[in-house]
Amino acid sequence: MDSSKYVQLEHVDMVFTTKKGPFQALQEVNLNIAEGEFVTLIGHSGCGKSTVLNIVAGLLNHTSGVALCADREIRGPGPDRGVVFQNHSLLPWLTCFDNVYLAVDRVFAAMETKAQLKQRTHEALAMVGLTHAEHKFPNEISGGMKQRVGIARALAMDPKVLLMDEPFGALDALTRAHLQDELMKITAATHKTVIMVTHDVDEAVLLSDRIVMMTNGPSATVGEILKVDLPRPRNRLALADNPTYNHYRADVLRFLYEKHAHKEAGVTPTPAVDNVVELKQVPAKEAA
Amino acid sequence: MWKERSLGLLAPFLGLLGFVLLWSLVSATNPQLPGPVSTWAAAVELFKDPFYQNGPNDQGIGWNILNSLARVGIGFGMAALIGIPLGFIIGRVKFFNDMLAPIISLLRPVSPLAWLPIGLLVFQKAEPAAIWVIFISSIWPMIINTAVGVSRIPQDYLNVARVLNLSSWKLFTKILLPATLPYVMTGVRLAIGVAWLVIVAAEMLTGGVGLGFWVWDEWNNLNVEHIIIAIFVVGLIGLLLEQFLLLLASRLRTE
Repeated sequence: MDSSKYVQLEHVDMVFTTKKGPFQALQEVNLNIAEGEFVTLIGHSGCGKSTVLNIVAGLLNHTSGVALCADREIRGPGPDRGVVFQNHSLLPWLTCFDNVYLAVDRVFAAMETKAQLKQRTHEALAMVGLTHAEHKFPNEISGGMKQRVGIARALAMDPKVLLMDEPFGALDALTRAHLQDELMKITAATHKTVIMVTHDVDEAVLLSDRIVMMTNGPSATVGEILKVDLPRPRNRLALADNPTYNHYRADVLRFLYEKHAHKEAGVTPTPAVDNVVELKQVPAKEAA
Repeated sequence: MWKERSLGLLAPFLGLLGFVLLWSLVSATNPQLPGPVSTWAAAVELFKDPFYQNGPNDQGIGWNILNSLARVGIGFGMAALIGIPLGFIIGRVKFFNDMLAPIISLLRPVSPLAWLPIGLLVFQKAEPAAIWVIFISSIWPMIINTAVGVSRIPQDYLNVARVLNLSSWKLFTKILLPATLPYVMTGVRLAIGVAWLVIVAAEMLTGGVGLGFWVWDEWNNLNVEHIIIAIFVVGLIGLLLEQFLLLLASRLRTE
């Protein structure tokens, strides 16, 4: 197996049938993701980045093309791909422990004892620093904690690939930064392959090995891929003044707000303008 | 705190007082209608010995209540046993929904007592016919509310089930059932309400021991005090059933 093509999308098209007729969400998406790589998908809302993620997750069946994970065709969800949902999606009638245990039980019950399953659950919750909240219900903990349980649930299945759909989008800036730091530690320790959907440029540059920038839909596809060559572990404070970091950041901003400005934002692309600071004021970001 | 609580009790107390005053006023102008005082006296007398037995047509109020509750319990229980699973199937499988929706829409608005002749014809006896009426009138809220609950389960939860690759049993016990439970409980509450509404009318027509038959019997005896007592008893038991189910529902709710 070619480890540089752990997740492989080739000529992937996605057409949804809607009441108004067929809607082509994705066209010709080609993407290879290496084992252990951290890749973010970024783009304006409606560009189909979540659709790409859901195809890899197996929640959506692509219309044509090839989608492979570890050289096997993706047909439906599987324990090799853990998913962290945008709005945590914890089951409110189960405690944090039971939410994670549900996932562990499904994957490992056939080969492990109950004690081992419980041990796995404890470990997953400990990894996200929630040992103290194991027996609380989701409505008794904060939004950031809920999302950590969501991450623990995905990690507890010991997946090869971690798929995250705007996992920190609903959190406040401080909590988000904290969880980003923790996610970096976790991925450094576990060497998971991560595919994350985001609309946050800083998040993308801070976390990614590569940033996949998507064009606007309909018929969205991969626009550019930016390799982020910053040493790890990364420190957000140190990077704030790092010219390379800011250069990457500017590249992504330029792609989003200049080359592929969101139509709804009411700006026509003006390639001549080369002032990133000014472009940042285009109010398209919150729409995602 | 103490003051607030006594103020909170004041309003319902005033309401009841007004009701009793109005009642006395009406009964004062109409000698056929007994007033609160004579009704109270009759109630005290009646509840002194609620479980006497003087043959099949003359039994204590306690027996009447228990018999009515038993009929409601059996009819409603069977309706729940069939209605809730049926609601799950309808909510889960579109084919069954399309298949059964027309029948349900057609039969649901039918007045409960219209089913009584069918029951008498099929079962040839009054007792099962009364239970049949309870069954058929209380099954609809449970089918419909359960089906709505199942169809309204957030897609997020179903995606979780798919990603975790849950077995059908786990999907049912860990997601479908708890997510639908509030809706089911609403259906159960509505169904009990309907069943208790219908029992008096059904028993009036079928006879036997029960609150409805008792009301009819006392009407024939022109014992109007007892009819008024029966109205209060029916209302009070209906209220208690409702409160009990509300309590149960809030206990079961986790969100």
